[in-house]
Amino acid sequence: MNPTVESLRATFGTAIGRSLVARDGETAAVVSRDALRDVMRWLHDTPGQEYDYLVDITAVEYRDRERPLEVVYFLRALARRADLRIKVELDPAVELAVDSVVPIWAGANWLEREVYDLFGVTFRGHPDLRRILMWETYREGFPLRKDFPLRGRFSRAEQVRQALAANPEAHYSMEELSIAESYEDLPAEMKERLRKGERARIPYSE
Amino acid sequence: MKHVLQTTEVAGQSPNWLLARLDDLVNWARANSLWPMPFGTACCAIEFMATAASRFDFARFGMERQAFSPRQADVLICAGRVPFKLAPVLRTIYDQMPQPKWVISMGACASTGGIFDNYAMVQGIDTVVPVDVYVPGCPPRPEGLLYGVLLLHKKIKGESLSDAELRAEHPLDERGQHLPAPKVDELSEPFGNSIQQYRSS
Repeated sequence: MNPTVESLRATFGTAIGRSLVARDGETAAVVSRDALRDVMRWLHDTPGQEYDYLVDITAVEYRDRERPLEVVYFLRALARRADLRIKVELDPAVELAVDSVVPIWAGANWLEREVYDLFGVTFRGHPDLRRILMWETYREGFPLRKDFPLRGRFSRAEQVRQALAANPEAHYSMEELSIAESYEDLPAEMKERLRKGERARIPYSE
Repeated sequence: MKHVLQTTEVAGQSPNWLLARLDDLVNWARANSLWPMPFGTACCAIEFMATAASRFDFARFGMERQAFSPRQADVLICAGRVPFKLAPVLRTIYDQMPQPKWVISMGACASTGGIFDNYAMVQGIDTVVPVDVYVPGCPPRPEGLLYGVLLLHKKIKGESLSDAELRAEHPLDERGQHLPAPKVDELSEPFGNSIQQYRSS
């Protein structure tokens, strides 16, 4: 068991739930949703803890519908070579939302976007929460949820139609555009498309 | 289903002797100088590279120059799985290619979706672009791809300049589709092991 867990319990009391040692020897501790931001800040900043590297964020939904959905944070203290997993349990029936940790680890930005994209978990305070793997106009839901059908919700014809309707040249912002500096030299029609971005509606839907 | 003319039939059906001889000449030139546009997305692309390299060397069949720009390409070789996110890219590249153009669908995933019968994958690129030759395999050996290229040669040598439909452009229809919806659904039907998996599971 990672000694950090005892320090967490001493500091945060009942906000720290059960803890366990996974089969690979790593320690996981369940943290209440409301205390997450404080716990993470403490783990990152406290001398002797210094979990300065956020390895990954992922989510787990169990086949047992009674069990809550877990958001899992993989932390590592590079100098101490110590690993710790922090879990937050969310009830899909209530609200799938948790505080963002981007202010603590900037690298959480895309990781949280991925969890949002595939599980539908909202990260409060995230600077730019939108889909990252699926395309922005994807409207079938969150593919890795247990209630999501394997082949998607729409018919194949509708999926192909919506995919073909996407504009592969569209960008979300001028900052993401590799030719941003030559924007003024582009043809007017292309400028217009870039200005509008991909947030246009899908034709012939609804 | 379009009847593919054999070389002998073309000579018999063409308007006159001169055009028939011109067909032979043009088709001979086209078939033996195919510039491939590789659209490699997965492991099939590795086999494609092996086919292009010295051991199998498809330069022997006039494919010396790989066109990494669709504007200079004759045959689009889609090697690998195509997710829905990439479908408009594939379609755009196909639309950018000048006539005459052909498409080879290389491997199980490009041809049918393969084992990826899920929410993210195009179930056969023929739902996105018209395909001339399907090369089965997972991935196909270089010999398989070369056989597909030779089949395409055969197909090209059966074409006729008098058939304008062969070289007609078919842009997406007003609903943004390449095929009618029931046809896409039919082409995307699960088969093989996939039929054990239900849509709702």
